[in-house]
Amino acid sequence: MSKIPGDLRYTKSHEWLRTLPDGSIEIGISDHAQAALGDLVFVEVPEAGRTLSAGDACAVVESVKAASDVYSPVGGEVIAGNDQLATKPELINADPYGQGWILRMRPTGDRGGAELLDATAYAAEVAAAG
Amino acid sequence: MSNTIVKQPEPLIFELSRSGRAATAQYPPAATAEIPAQFRRRSRPALPEVSELQAVRHYTRLSQMNFSIDTQFYPLGSCTMKYNPKACNSLAMLPEFLGRHPLSPASTGQGFMACMFELQEMLKAVTGMAGVSLTPMAGAQGEFTGVAMIRAYHRARGDLARNEIIVPDAAHGTNPATATMCGMKIREIATLPDGDVDLAALDAVLSSATAGIMLTNPCTLGVFERRIVEVERRVHAAGGLLYYDGANLNAILGKVLPGVMGFDVIHMNLHKTFSTPHGGGGPGSGAVGVGKRLLPYLPVPIVGRDGERYRWLDERDLPESIGRLSGFMGNAGVLLRAYVYMRILGADGMERVAEFSTLNANYLMTRLREAGFDAAYPGRRASHEFIITLRRQAHELGVNTMDFAKRLLDYGYHAPTTYFPLLVPECLLIEPTETETREELDGFVDAMTAIRHEAETDAAMVKSAPHTLPVRRLDDVRAAKQLDVAWKPAGA
Amino acid sequence: MPYIPHTSEDVRAMLDRIGVKAIDDLFDEIPKALRVDSLPGVPAALSEMEVARLVAMRAATDGRPLNFIGAGAYEHHIPAPVWALTTRGEIYSAYTPYQAEASQGTLQIMYEFQSMIAGLTAMDVSNASLYDGASALAEACLMAVRAHRRSKSARILVPTTVNPTWRRVASVITEGQGLVLEELPYSTDQGTTIPQALARYDGQDITALVIQQPNFFGQLEDVDALSRWARANGTLIIAVVNPVSLALLAPPGEWGDAGADIACGEAQPLGVPLSSGGPYVGFMTTRTEHVRQMPGRIAGRTVDLDGKPGFTLTLQAREQHIRRGKATSNICTNQGLLMTAATIHLALLGPVGLERVASACVARTRELVSALCGIPGVRAAFAGPRFHEAVLLLDRPAAPLLESLAAEGIIGGYDLSRNFPELGPALLICATETRTTEDIATYARALDRLLGRAVAA
Repeated sequence: MSKIPGDLRYTKSHEWLRTLPDGSIEIGISDHAQAALGDLVFVEVPEAGRTLSAGDACAVVESVKAASDVYSPVGGEVIAGNDQLATKPELINADPYGQGWILRMRPTGDRGGAELLDATAYAAEVAAAG
Repeated sequence: MSNTIVKQPEPLIFELSRSGRAATAQYPPAATAEIPAQFRRRSRPALPEVSELQAVRHYTRLSQMNFSIDTQFYPLGSCTMKYNPKACNSLAMLPEFLGRHPLSPASTGQGFMACMFELQEMLKAVTGMAGVSLTPMAGAQGEFTGVAMIRAYHRARGDLARNEIIVPDAAHGTNPATATMCGMKIREIATLPDGDVDLAALDAVLSSATAGIMLTNPCTLGVFERRIVEVERRVHAAGGLLYYDGANLNAILGKVLPGVMGFDVIHMNLHKTFSTPHGGGGPGSGAVGVGKRLLPYLPVPIVGRDGERYRWLDERDLPESIGRLSGFMGNAGVLLRAYVYMRILGADGMERVAEFSTLNANYLMTRLREAGFDAAYPGRRASHEFIITLRRQAHELGVNTMDFAKRLLDYGYHAPTTYFPLLVPECLLIEPTETETREELDGFVDAMTAIRHEAETDAAMVKSAPHTLPVRRLDDVRAAKQLDVAWKPAGA
Repeated sequence: MPYIPHTSEDVRAMLDRIGVKAIDDLFDEIPKALRVDSLPGVPAALSEMEVARLVAMRAATDGRPLNFIGAGAYEHHIPAPVWALTTRGEIYSAYTPYQAEASQGTLQIMYEFQSMIAGLTAMDVSNASLYDGASALAEACLMAVRAHRRSKSARILVPTTVNPTWRRVASVITEGQGLVLEELPYSTDQGTTIPQALARYDGQDITALVIQQPNFFGQLEDVDALSRWARANGTLIIAVVNPVSLALLAPPGEWGDAGADIACGEAQPLGVPLSSGGPYVGFMTTRTEHVRQMPGRIAGRTVDLDGKPGFTLTLQAREQHIRRGKATSNICTNQGLLMTAATIHLALLGPVGLERVASACVARTRELVSALCGIPGVRAAFAGPRFHEAVLLLDRPAAPLLESLAAEGIIGGYDLSRNFPELGPALLICATETRTTEDIATYARALDRLLGRAVAA
């Protein structure tokens, strides 16, 4: 059973969002997503300063057999990508909600059409797909 | 268990090298090259220095680490790994053919061009198309050509808004990749549980933006698209064109012509249906055929005939051509092999291709089902290939499709295609081809049955297969993370 | 039935097992209206003996003329082991090494090929081949656009001295993705790109500059000056090179101050026969930092469960079978068989042998140019250093001359008038190590006679 922390928001495409104290948000992929992809071998993170609209592909996570785009659930400006992932993509496998964060951004309020789920709803989503 | 001969890793050719050793019989006489210093290379490239015998032994030993059609049953679905007749190779390698420069005047290439002209004509006949160009160098390039012609057709009509290509979710990855390369948007449509295209989903995406649809028929699920006539009517009515991916042409050769199904353009994989060698991953050849509407856009060069003389048709003859795709005329040597194959088979032999590849596939599917394996589409006839899903075994025994595939290698069978198409979980796509004997197919069923028994009694052994090959399972993750893709001399 | 092994007893037993009466019943899901009963446009079958006779006759019609054309395809001696090994069934009839454990031969050859090509071009990494040189250039242009993140223009400068057919192919293949290929002029005296022509692009967003060395005319470009301009302008460098020439000429990895970013070209001169234009074998190398943007298959060295070294396809997530619509290219196959030939060819020649071949090419071409330029009405178009091709200017149209030469069994060169009309009647000629002094004399005598006769008439 994959871990789904109760304090985060999720998307149906398996990203998670954490709102940080300063109002910026952190984005990563869920434990379920990393398990489905398997050992990650490469992660491409966005450069700071890039402007994203909700639903934009903002990062790529790659395992040996699969590659997935990570979609930004909200619009905003990228503050930082997690540069550690360039040499240690396995951080996402080991700690998807912590050291495996992918990017931080300053949201502009653009929510697009993306529906954000709480942990319970996301758990149901994962169970239904499983 | 039959297997490869060489069991131990072979050193790299660079590791056999000794400075000053050489295969000197291959050297031309020494000559002085007057190249000014500023243009010159400063140090010699790191190439191996070995004797001729060392090189021969090294590459012979490497060859013995391969599975191949000549040594093993190779039922790789969607790849049509049938026997590559030796005559096709030896005749394509006649010295006159090998020595002919592609830019020699047509007056010195009439023999070669006659073969190419007849090949074009035969390919038209087996596809029901109005014109053929032989230049695309592989299936994917044939696809590119086809979509580029569709784009050119709409443009020429001023129909500039058509920028969407419809692709079923069961399609080969090359289809969407090709559409993207041509600057098209991809609209993916679902497949019904019985393997046919979902017509409602098709209706939902058809619009004035539809440039065309790319279909493989029989599709990659190993079944014939029964509603192809309805698909054709709908797409044409919407103003789109139909592209036939010829990956599975072997299944219908001489039985159904893509032109009669209403397709406007087709690419053929000569390395599949017409048995040219796969060569460890190429060369392929992706000749394209078109209906009347797309004739003006065919890529050049094409062989034309004026009376008794053959000549190259180029941009001057086909001013609306999409242009050129290769440095010369495509993979001529592959085309010659396909030509010889078609002449030896003749019309009759070609009809037998579809019949016996279908017979073998249905027989193998029947026998595997009797042995307790699950067909993915049990209510359907197999085409020249079919899918077995090992979902039940994976669930009950903890042994997945990849484990079965690797263990098959120990039994001396190349594994079928695994995990493709993506729609069917834990799938094996199995294509036996017409050139295999019934005994070989029976042996494969026995191996699958034996592996399942092993999985029930010693799952760990199956999960760590293969056990009898030069290497055991390889660390793919390390290969991707600690990238080592070129040998470098010490100190470099 | 050629190549079909079934006995009538097999067929009966198999149909019984399936539970149908006839083979035709297996096609019952195909709508009747779509079925055909015969293939009228296909001739009846011939035996292997009959086909062999027919095809040998056709080949004999074409004969084996004495060849002096290069223009992208070069006649070299191919050591006997190359094709004896390459056509072994275990190599010839294998497929893409998706089952790595059962394909270590193919995979190791890929790795050796990558190593040799990376070494020759002095670049970090190579793929395991592309279709041919022309399509490799197209792929290099697409790759440059992906690799150069800061450049938004997708403008690529392509000198007119780059093979004209390759330029056309690159534009056909890249057009759909919005690339703009812009031509750079050349000096009609030197036959090389004018470095000053780049000045008008100073400071502009140019994604990449293509440099072919030796260029289509066989002349040597000032690759250092061109590379330095590109580097200073934030423009990537795409090198197009002949691998044989790299035994003598500075490799792309050493051009200018920092080397090229992508090198590509046609490896046909390494063990692949002319064979009317294909199958050939394109290659591509790059810097490690761009490897994920490189198209085509790549073999990597790793270890197995026991820690034993072995090879596998790697970075497959770039490719169409995984990335589908977002792949680096739609390319699926490489040119495995030709790549194998090139690898064995290089192993047999080694660094010294390849240098001998390259030097002989330069020397033979010089001999050819000097022999032909001694004939009234013929002169060399360009001064300056060259590799193994040269442009000759003629005092009359080349096409009829070439036809007359062909009638005497001499393929006299490539007529440049269609692609380079500004040169007037001009011929691109080539001599490799395979042309002897006697071959050259034969050509010179024939040309002398033809030119003299035409004047007399």
